[in-house]
Amino acid sequence: MSVKRVATGIALVVLMLIPMAGATFYTELVAKIMVLAIFALSLDLLVGYTGLVSFGHAAFYGIGAYALALLTPKYEAASLWVTLPAAVLAAALSALVVGALVVRVKGIYFIMVTLAFAQMFYFVFHDTKLGRGSDGIAMNFKPVAAIGDAASIDLGNATHLYYFVLAMLVASFVFLRVVLRSPFGRALMGIRSNENRMRSLGYPVYRYKLASFTIAGLLAGLAGYLSALQFGFVNPELLSWHQSGNVLLMLILGGAGSLYGAVAGAFAFIALTETFQSMTRHWQLALGTAIILLVLFLPGGLASIPGLLRRAPVADVDDG
Amino acid sequence: MDVYTFLIQLLNGVQYGLLLFLVASGLTLIFGIMGIINLAHGSFYMIGAYMAFTLSSLTGSLWIAIVAGTLLAVLLGVILEWALFSHLYKRDHLQQVLLTYGLILVFEELRSLIVGNDVHGVPVPALFDWSIPLTATLSYPVYRLVMSAICVALAALLYVFIHRTRPGMMIRAGASNREMVASLGLNINLVYRLVFALGVALAAFAGMIAAPVSSVYPGMGTQVLIICFVVVVIGGIGSIRGALVAALLIGLADTFGKVFIPELSGITVYLLMAVVLLWRPEGLFRGAA
Amino acid sequence: MDATGRIPRSGMRAAALGVAAACALAWTGTTLAQQTKIKIGLMLPYTGTYAALGTAITNGFKLAIQENGGKLGGREIEYFTVDDESDPAKAPDNANKLIKRDQVDVLVGTVHSGVALAMSKVARDNNTLLIIPNAGADEITGPLCAANVFRSSFSNSQFGIAMGKVMADQTKKTAVTLTWKYAAGDESVGGFKEAFEAGGGKVVKELSLPFPQVEFQPYLTEIAALKPDVVYAFFAGGGAVKFVKDYAAAGLTKTIPLVGPGFLTDGTLDAQGESAQGLLTTLHYGDGLNLPKNNAFRAAYAKTFSTPPDVYAVQGYDAAQLLIAGVNAVKGDLSKRADVVKAMETAKIESPRGAFALSKSHNPIHDIYLRKVDGKENKVIAVAIKNLNDPPRGCKL
Repeated sequence: MSVKRVATGIALVVLMLIPMAGATFYTELVAKIMVLAIFALSLDLLVGYTGLVSFGHAAFYGIGAYALALLTPKYEAASLWVTLPAAVLAAALSALVVGALVVRVKGIYFIMVTLAFAQMFYFVFHDTKLGRGSDGIAMNFKPVAAIGDAASIDLGNATHLYYFVLAMLVASFVFLRVVLRSPFGRALMGIRSNENRMRSLGYPVYRYKLASFTIAGLLAGLAGYLSALQFGFVNPELLSWHQSGNVLLMLILGGAGSLYGAVAGAFAFIALTETFQSMTRHWQLALGTAIILLVLFLPGGLASIPGLLRRAPVADVDDG
Repeated sequence: MDVYTFLIQLLNGVQYGLLLFLVASGLTLIFGIMGIINLAHGSFYMIGAYMAFTLSSLTGSLWIAIVAGTLLAVLLGVILEWALFSHLYKRDHLQQVLLTYGLILVFEELRSLIVGNDVHGVPVPALFDWSIPLTATLSYPVYRLVMSAICVALAALLYVFIHRTRPGMMIRAGASNREMVASLGLNINLVYRLVFALGVALAAFAGMIAAPVSSVYPGMGTQVLIICFVVVVIGGIGSIRGALVAALLIGLADTFGKVFIPELSGITVYLLMAVVLLWRPEGLFRGAA
Repeated sequence: MDATGRIPRSGMRAAALGVAAACALAWTGTTLAQQTKIKIGLMLPYTGTYAALGTAITNGFKLAIQENGGKLGGREIEYFTVDDESDPAKAPDNANKLIKRDQVDVLVGTVHSGVALAMSKVARDNNTLLIIPNAGADEITGPLCAANVFRSSFSNSQFGIAMGKVMADQTKKTAVTLTWKYAAGDESVGGFKEAFEAGGGKVVKELSLPFPQVEFQPYLTEIAALKPDVVYAFFAGGGAVKFVKDYAAAGLTKTIPLVGPGFLTDGTLDAQGESAQGLLTTLHYGDGLNLPKNNAFRAAYAKTFSTPPDVYAVQGYDAAQLLIAGVNAVKGDLSKRADVVKAMETAKIESPRGAFALSKSHNPIHDIYLRKVDGKENKVIAVAIKNLNDPPRGCKL
């Protein structure tokens, strides 16, 4: 039984037991972190495994969230079974369209155009009648997850919502694990290490990159949907580049190129920001300095610490 | 819209574009020559504006403030490159993005600590503080015309520097092959340091001359940064000529967008970028030119 | 659980520890605090562009409490403060921290309308008493009104309505409006249009630009081409500074009068200087307001905080006065919520701005003053509208 499996087991058990402690505030907080973990996982596929650094991933997160807000009627509840697939589909489609344009460029260009497209979506929600402006949209009712006549789970209940999010997190994690172990996933990692070689081997690199971009966008949309579900409130800042920067930060905190790293990164990010915020009003200075030091001295993130301690080469991506 | 209004809107667009060019030129130089993505570039613009405010309040003259501020910006650039950016050349893009993102947070918060969060005005130098009447109701501030003239002059100077001088030749050589230049005995580190300082100085200078017109406020850096990114994407990384053309295009698109399609005006710039990307993925021009 | 479903021994121990830790955490989080202190949650901007406003509101609030003997209904007060950074995205989180983690009895905030909208939703969902000392979003005392939500400041359309009436009375026939495209701006301009057109004028064009852009040249050019009798503009903070200066630099101040709500010239006169002289604005407060309560307030504030108060401090002060009225009626027993609400609804507040009462949807009914910029002050020259109500559109209270 490897240490990693034991640790995962413990983590899962702890996560499952948290709502039973009874403090609603902390149940909601951990649920929020888990949603961010899904967001980070989605970006990890793109950045960590395909080697495409996107600075506009928040766009798809926001699209998933806004899809729920726009589909929720003003005075009654929407259905989970309708809105969730719709939101995820909307995010995936947007990712497909944007991806088709941006995946043709590389490196610094890619970073900049993803940022620019995210800004475009930001302005669509911020300025046009579609998004109803910078103050955002509030949803009066949470979606209902009814099967037939019986309401199976009450998403308004913090504990039910928590377990729903946990289930989604586990599902996303397993899904990505399967994808990455498949030939498709291997090809993505090959593209990350040497794109030209993959091309000369005959792989349709453009299509693979586009697929990765779309899947990443799809999962980000799921995370956004869950976030809107939890707070009942959406706002254009969900698509801001600060949000895109934050999720990249989660990756570098936890270690890009590792699924566990992405999840750990989300927890670390919240822990870091909450700590700084409670310490000083100028917490952004602390955060900025922490980021700089992190990049300079621990660029592999938390996931690289075991490697450093063991003085072994960096863990094989097989471990996920 | 009558002819006069159209011409004035044209002037508005060009003037906005020229200022954008000044900031974006620094960004594209750093990208093109050094291959580093620098998100903190907008912060240099902000730092320039705030320097103009503090120094002109201290000395009573905007011109002295600009000269002093530019020298300080060069110094800042040298220190930053030596302390932080020189480590980034070998790092991957994710790390560059994050380190410079952290730098933005640091700069914004330092500014908040040192100068506070208030909005400030910077007085226009008395020499240019008047307006030329263009129509019965509308006058055009002379200072804006002066600003545009300065931008054009700087663009010309930059071109001459990069293409007709020895240091410029070294910079262009360093962009194409760093190791070769180093093995030829030239101090490539010094070249990079100078280029970076030049980029910082350009952005700060833009902030300083724009301060009387744009006023000085928190968040001014991030606003300008993203538009500059679009300028560089459309113009082509490393191309000064491209940055000029793209900046003018964007200035015009933005201005006329506001007049004709106000609801979509925020998006016009990005639509333009999408169109250019479809046609020429690497931008309109290429290379250090 | 791993793939085989077994939980190793070490895992069990670790899990047990984890549960114990979680329980301890939860217990300290819940009400350990004494039962006797009233918990007040202040959610305001303490960093960013609106930091000065957040501080002024807090100062005004605490001054009123201090004048009340430092207690509420005989009970001590415990403050919990959260910096909302004027960020609507973080608003639900921040509000939840105060309501669920710190378990405050009363929530006070905020400046930015977007943040306030989120706050009011969380407060409604949790039935927490909320007093808003600035954010003027019409919706909050409109369709989103609730028994536990109060406002001590204004609603956005009030100032536009007042100015629209004044301009129509001055027989101006045509107007152009210009604003940032967000709730505060849209509502202000909407109020102006309503009152102006009711008085016989016509708004020939409504211009807007995305918040928070400040490149005004194209719009100034268009205004010059349209040649209206008056321009009503909504901007605040840095945007207001730049707009007024740009307007003057374009030579328009001499030919087309510029008017707006008080935010155009409040707190910005130092930076605007010459360009703002003579501008007319409407607000529920102003300089040179010679009322006994105002004079006393200004003296006390200046003495306590070594700086003169502004309209935001007044709003914070009144928020506390409102709360005091409610708490006094139940002698500190906040569990009698219905009585607290009734007392606040029927309270007549002696505000530095003049006395006011609350509308059916819990918004102040107050005098709106017409002010003129004179030097570095916004001098009150007349009352634009007396006792302007806030029509409870869509409020079901």
